[in-house]
Amino acid sequence: MTIVTTAPPPESPGKGVEVRVGPASEAIPTPLLFLGRALRTLWSNRKARIGLCIIGFDILIAICAPLIAPHSPTATTFTPYSGPTVANWFGTTGNGQDVFSQMIYGSRITLMVGLAAGALATLVAVTIGLVAGYRPGAVDEVLSFITNLALVIPALPLMIILAAYLQGRSIWTIVLVVAFTSWATGARVIRSQATTLRSREYVTAAVFSGERLFRIVFREILPNMTSLVAASFFGAATAAILAEASLEFLGLGNPSTVSWGTILYFAQQENALLTGQWLTIFAPGLAIALLAVSFTLVNFGVDALSNPRLREKS
Amino acid sequence: MSADGDVPAEPALVGNGDRRLTVASSVPPLVISGVSKIYANRLRREKAVTAVDDVSFTIAPGAAVALVGASGSGKSTLAKMITGSERPTAGSITFGDLRVERLRRNALRRFHRRVQIIFQDPYGALNPLHTVGYAVMRPCENFLDMSPREAGRRAHELLETVGLTPPTQYAAKLPHQLSGGQRQRVVIARALACNPELIVADEPVSMLDVSLRAGVLRLLAKFREERGLSLLYITHDLLGARVVSDEIIVLNRGRIVEQGRTKQVLQHPRDSYTVQLLNAVANPFAAADGARPSPEALTARPPAEPAV
Amino acid sequence: MTVLLEARGVNVVYEPVRGVRIWSVRDVDLTLEQGEFVGLVGESGCGKSTLAFALTRMLRPPARLDGGAIKFDGVDIATVEGEALRRQRRNGFALVLQSGMNALNPVRTVEHHLGDVLKAHARKGERFSAGAVRRRGAELVDMVRLPESVLYRFPHELSGGMRQRVSIALALSLQPRFIVFDEPTTALDVIVQGAVMQTIKDLQRDQGFTAMLISHDLGVVLEATDRVMVMYAGRIVEGQPSKALLRGAHHPYTEALLGCYADPRADEVRLGEISGALPDLSLPNTGCPFEPRCRLAEAVCAEQMPPLSPLGEGTAACHVRAREVGAAVEMRSVG
Repeated sequence: MTIVTTAPPPESPGKGVEVRVGPASEAIPTPLLFLGRALRTLWSNRKARIGLCIIGFDILIAICAPLIAPHSPTATTFTPYSGPTVANWFGTTGNGQDVFSQMIYGSRITLMVGLAAGALATLVAVTIGLVAGYRPGAVDEVLSFITNLALVIPALPLMIILAAYLQGRSIWTIVLVVAFTSWATGARVIRSQATTLRSREYVTAAVFSGERLFRIVFREILPNMTSLVAASFFGAATAAILAEASLEFLGLGNPSTVSWGTILYFAQQENALLTGQWLTIFAPGLAIALLAVSFTLVNFGVDALSNPRLREKS
Repeated sequence: MSADGDVPAEPALVGNGDRRLTVASSVPPLVISGVSKIYANRLRREKAVTAVDDVSFTIAPGAAVALVGASGSGKSTLAKMITGSERPTAGSITFGDLRVERLRRNALRRFHRRVQIIFQDPYGALNPLHTVGYAVMRPCENFLDMSPREAGRRAHELLETVGLTPPTQYAAKLPHQLSGGQRQRVVIARALACNPELIVADEPVSMLDVSLRAGVLRLLAKFREERGLSLLYITHDLLGARVVSDEIIVLNRGRIVEQGRTKQVLQHPRDSYTVQLLNAVANPFAAADGARPSPEALTARPPAEPAV
Repeated sequence: MTVLLEARGVNVVYEPVRGVRIWSVRDVDLTLEQGEFVGLVGESGCGKSTLAFALTRMLRPPARLDGGAIKFDGVDIATVEGEALRRQRRNGFALVLQSGMNALNPVRTVEHHLGDVLKAHARKGERFSAGAVRRRGAELVDMVRLPESVLYRFPHELSGGMRQRVSIALALSLQPRFIVFDEPTTALDVIVQGAVMQTIKDLQRDQGFTAMLISHDLGVVLEATDRVMVMYAGRIVEGQPSKALLRGAHHPYTEALLGCYADPRADEVRLGEISGALPDLSLPNTGCPFEPRCRLAEAVCAEQMPPLSPLGEGTAACHVRAREVGAAVEMRSVG
C-alpha cells in the first residue's frame, strides 16, 4: 500500500494572524523603528494609553514652558501670600512668585531628573544583571553580592546622607544620588531573567550558529527581556520622581532651582496650610503623584513588548 | 486525490537497516573512548551523580547511529559532550584528529560548523522574536562568510529543500505563526545551513504528532544519504531508530547494555532493558496477536491501486 | 446498559479578547454507558481535551460552551452553576490531567492533599478525623499500587510516575462515577507509561467507574479501552469498538493514522505520514474537514459534511465509505 501524500504542506492555518512581511534578514529593526513600534504596542493597552497621555502632556508642558507660563517663575513681583487671582491662577509664594508659572517650569526639572535617573539606574541594572546572569561562576557571585548589599541598605536614608554631604548641589548630583540607590532591584530581577533565558534552547542554537558573545547577549537575550527592562525603567523612573521630590522637600536639593519638589519645600517653610495657601501644596503634590502613577500605568502595557503573540490586533 | 489534481505519490518511509549512501562520505569518524560524566558539587557536598559511565563507541564516516534509552539513561549528556557543550569527567572524544573535549572558544566555534545539533523542542529552539529567515541566515553569515544578501538567498534555498515553500513567505514568519512540524523543519534547515559533517539529532520528533514524524525523519534520512553526513539519532522511540539508523546503541543508567546492527538488535534483543524499551513502543497491532498484519489487511476494502 | 452521559450538539468556541474566534469543538454527539472505558483519540488541535473539559464543565474563558445539551445521569449539567455544579463534582465526575503530577502543592504531604479533597466535599455534618483520612488514604494508595509510606511524603520526594498515581488516587477519593484521563502518561518516562496505564486499566475494571481516556497515541488507547472515538478538526469522525478498529479502520483519517504506526521488529518497516495541515478552525467548514488531505476525496466531500453513519461495528463519517457499504448491502440483498 503506497501512501499518497498530497502537495507540500500548505501555509499553516494559523489563527487568523497577520503575516508581518518584513525584510527577510532580521526582525530587530533600527532603534527608531523599534521605538515607534514599542509606542504603538503600548498605546494599544488602555491603561498604558492613559499613562502615556499624562506623560506626554507633562513633557509637552515642559518643552513649551516659556510659551505657556504667563510669568517668570522666579520673579518676585507679586503680592506675597495671595490666593488665586486672575493674575496668579495658583496664588503666590511668600516671596511673591507666581505659583502657576513655577508649576509649569518645575515640570522640566522633575521630568528630567525622573527620566534621567530612571534611565541611568536601568542602564546600570541591565549591565550588571546581564553580566551576572549570563556568566555563572565567580563573576556572578561577586556581582550578586554587591547587588544584595545595595538592596539591603535603605534607599532614602542613604540618599539623604549622600545628598547632605556632597558638595555642589546641582541637578546632576540629585540624578546620580537617586540612580545610585535604585539600580539594585532591577539588577536582581534582570539577573534572574537572564539566567532563565541563558538556558533556553534558542540561545544554545545561537551558539551553534556561530554567534559571538556580544551578539548573543544583545540580540538573543536582551530583546526577550524588553518587557522586563521597560518595566524596570518605569519603576525606576517612578522611584526617581518621588525621590527627587523627597530630597527637595527635605531641603537637601538645590533650593534655587524650580521643581515641583522645591515648591513643596517652600510651601512647607512658609506654612502654606496655615496661611490658606493650600494650592501651593495641592498642585505640586497632585502633579507628582499623577506622574508617578502614569509611569505605573504604562507598565501595564509593557508585557506585550516581549511577547509577539500579544502584539497582534483582532 | 486532492483537488489540486496531479499529486505525486511518495512511498512510505521504509527502514530495512540497509541504507546505502549515494555519495562517499568524507566525514571523519567520531570516536568516543571511555567517556564518563559525573556531576558533583563539592561546595554543596551533594551526592555525586554518574550520568555517563565508561561509554565507548564509534560513529563511522557517513553512518547513522541511534542512541536509545529512557530519560536518565545519559543519552542527552552524551549528546552535550559530543557537541562540546559539556566536558567529560574522564575519557576522550575524537573527531578525526580533533580532541573535542579540549576545544575552547574559537576552536569550539569552528567545531560547531562541522557538528550541528537538532533539538527536541521545536517551540524552544527558535527565538520567538526572530523571523525564520533570520534564524536560517545566521549560520551562513557566520560560518560561510556570506553577505546578508547571499545568506538570504541560501536561506530560501534551504527552506525549499525542507519543504517550506514558497520560501519567501516562510522566511518572513515568526515562530509562533508556524506549526510544530514546520518549526522543526526550520530547525533542520538551520542545522544544515553551514554544511555540517555530523548531525546530532536529540529526540527530533518526539514532540511532534505521529502523522508528522515520518516526514521529518524522511528529511533527515534524505540529507544523510545525499550529503554523506554522519547522523547520531538520540531517542527513546525504537520505531524512529529503526527507520533512520543502521547501528543502535542501548544505554541504561549511563552504561551501554547492548549495541549492534539495528534490525538485528531489535529482532533479537539480548538485554532486558532493550526488551522493556521494545514493549514501551506503542504498537496497536502487537496488542492484537503479536504478529503484524500486512498493510493491505488493515483496510476494510480491497487495497487501492497504487497512484503511480 | 444505562446511559451515564449524553451529549448532543456540543460546540465550544474560543474567543480571545484580541484575535479571531476559533471553534475548537463542532457539533459533537456522544453517549457514554455506565462502566464503559472509552478512548478519545486525535492529534494536536483536534479538540479532544477541549471536549473533555466541556463535558466536565471545566472550560475557562475565553473558551465557552456554545450550544448543545449535556446530560449527566439524566440531569442537564450544561447550565448548572455554583453549588449544584459542585455537588456534581463531588460524586459525579473527576479529572486526571497530564500535568496532574505537577498540580500537587510542593509544601504539603500527600495525606494533606487527600484531607483537603475529602473535607472540601464533605456533606453537612460529615467530619473527617486525622485517623479517618489516614485510613481512606491507605485504601486509595493501595488501589493505585503505592506503599502506604507515600502518604507522608512530599511531592518532590516521589518520582513522576508515583506522583501521577497520587493524582489518580485523589481523583478516586470521592468515588466518582465518571473519570476523565487527559493524557495521563504522556509526561512520564516511556518505561513507566506502560505500568501506569496498566494500573488505570485494572482500576477501571475493578472499581467499575466509567472512564474516558484522551490521548494522541492510538496504540495506548486501543490497548486500554473498550471503545474508541477518533476526532479530527473538532469533530468525531469515527467511533468503533477497540478490537474492531485494530482489524480495520473505516474513516480514511483513522486509516492513515494507523499507517503511521509500525512494529520496529518487523522485517520490513513502513512508516506512513499524513501531509497537509488542519483546516482553519476560525472558519465554518462546509464539507468534510479531512477532504484536502484525503486520498479518497470526491466532489461531494468538499460540499457536504458527511454524517456519522453506521459502518462496520460502529460509525464513521465518510461519504465514500458509506456509499460503498450501501452498495455492498444492496448487492447482497439482490444476489
